[in-house]
Amino acid sequence: MTMDLQSCVTIEKEWDIVKARQLGREVAQKAGFGTVDQARIATAISELARNIYLYTDGGKLCFEIIDNVEQKGISMLSVDNGPGIEDISQVMEDGYSTSGGLGAGLPGVKRLVDQFDIQSEKGKGTEIRAVKWVR
Amino acid sequence: METLKPDAANYQSLLKHYIATQDEHSLYGAEQITKQFIKNNIPPEEIVNLHIQAMAALYPDLPEYFRHSMKFLLETMISYGIAHQEYHTLREQQSELKSEIAVAANMQDTLLATTKPAIDGLDIGVVSVPAHQMNGDYHHFVTGEDGSLGIAVADVIGKGIPAALCMSMIKYSMDSLPERTMRPQTILKNLNRVVERNVESSMFITMFYAQYLPADGKIRYSSAGHEPGFYYNARENRFEEIKAKGLVLGVDPDTDYRQYERVLHQGDMVILLTDGVTECRQGDRFIESEEVLDVIARFSHLQAQDMVDKVYKHFERLQNFRLRDDFTLIVLKKEV
Repeated sequence: MTMDLQSCVTIEKEWDIVKARQLGREVAQKAGFGTVDQARIATAISELARNIYLYTDGGKLCFEIIDNVEQKGISMLSVDNGPGIEDISQVMEDGYSTSGGLGAGLPGVKRLVDQFDIQSEKGKGTEIRAVKWVR
Repeated sequence: METLKPDAANYQSLLKHYIATQDEHSLYGAEQITKQFIKNNIPPEEIVNLHIQAMAALYPDLPEYFRHSMKFLLETMISYGIAHQEYHTLREQQSELKSEIAVAANMQDTLLATTKPAIDGLDIGVVSVPAHQMNGDYHHFVTGEDGSLGIAVADVIGKGIPAALCMSMIKYSMDSLPERTMRPQTILKNLNRVVERNVESSMFITMFYAQYLPADGKIRYSSAGHEPGFYYNARENRFEEIKAKGLVLGVDPDTDYRQYERVLHQGDMVILLTDGVTECRQGDRFIESEEVLDVIARFSHLQAQDMVDKVYKHFERLQNFRLRDDFTLIVLKKEV
């Protein structure tokens, strides 16, 4: 497996969400994603970045191209030092965040990508890894 | 998106035809293709993309600003796509829940099953229909060794699953009462204690218990706060409310219930019901109890079963075929 260098965006201000989208889209383009999937990746990045912006004191989003023999894709890693998520099952439930009009939420991100993994520790932070493959 | 491929060609040719002719035929085709998209769960952004590709194929020299505008539209569709998928998942979950409840309702039917007994000289009609899938009304017939007939009608204040669960408990308590205690006031006294001990205080159960003694043509009854039934006096061609006082089950463990009795003559009727009958609504208006009696009187020349069926159909239609509460109606007609 060969990997490009990771490119990261630190999320502190709302404007950083746009920067993360931009960078993620560039990486996705380079990886060979089509228009629709680029838009999906940008939306997933928005959700991840908004979570950091709204609920933590800061964190970062990192992107890299994954290129192994079988497939090519993008990995999106979201790391924050926020309060952590106590009940992950609850935030992964449909309708939990969307009911308040907050957006697609984490279930939405999960739907936009092919692989989704979340780890969180109370008081320490949350790490989310999402991967999407080029079709 | 494998499923999109044949549709893509179809979409493009329909679009081309429409641009050339602007005819209704192509628009009808578009409608049909949309149904296909929905059936295959195609998100809106894919459809926008399909349009972009079709336009690019038909008009290779599309202006730059138009292509940008379409990409802009595509981006706005992504969140709609997620919402659409979420809706889809929730709908699946809902249908799973529904079928689980259907199984429970089925089980309830088996658990609470009671057969209308054949008693010489007494014509019996029963209808009991739940507002939702599970019934919070309950009725039960017991034939005693002395030939008497016990009839219980009960209603849990509340609807749906909690009410239905509660009713199963009532039924098994009644089954476990010894035969010799089958007098209405004793039964209510016993059930009152069971409910008081086992049901949380926010849940109330009302019950009317009647015992018909064919040998004397007599009916004994007691009520635990239940919706009053009606007595039809055939000689005077007059309905009257069956007044019976008694506290709702489960409030006070030491309650005693009063027992009343009445002799039935030929042609007399006893009508037992739950508040789903008397609280039928036409639009926002509750019907008056005279209206219930009017409807009952209109069909009173029929056999008891036909009668209750007709009354039910009348109120079902009056409420636009959507019951707001469980509906139970029992008619006893003394034939000789």
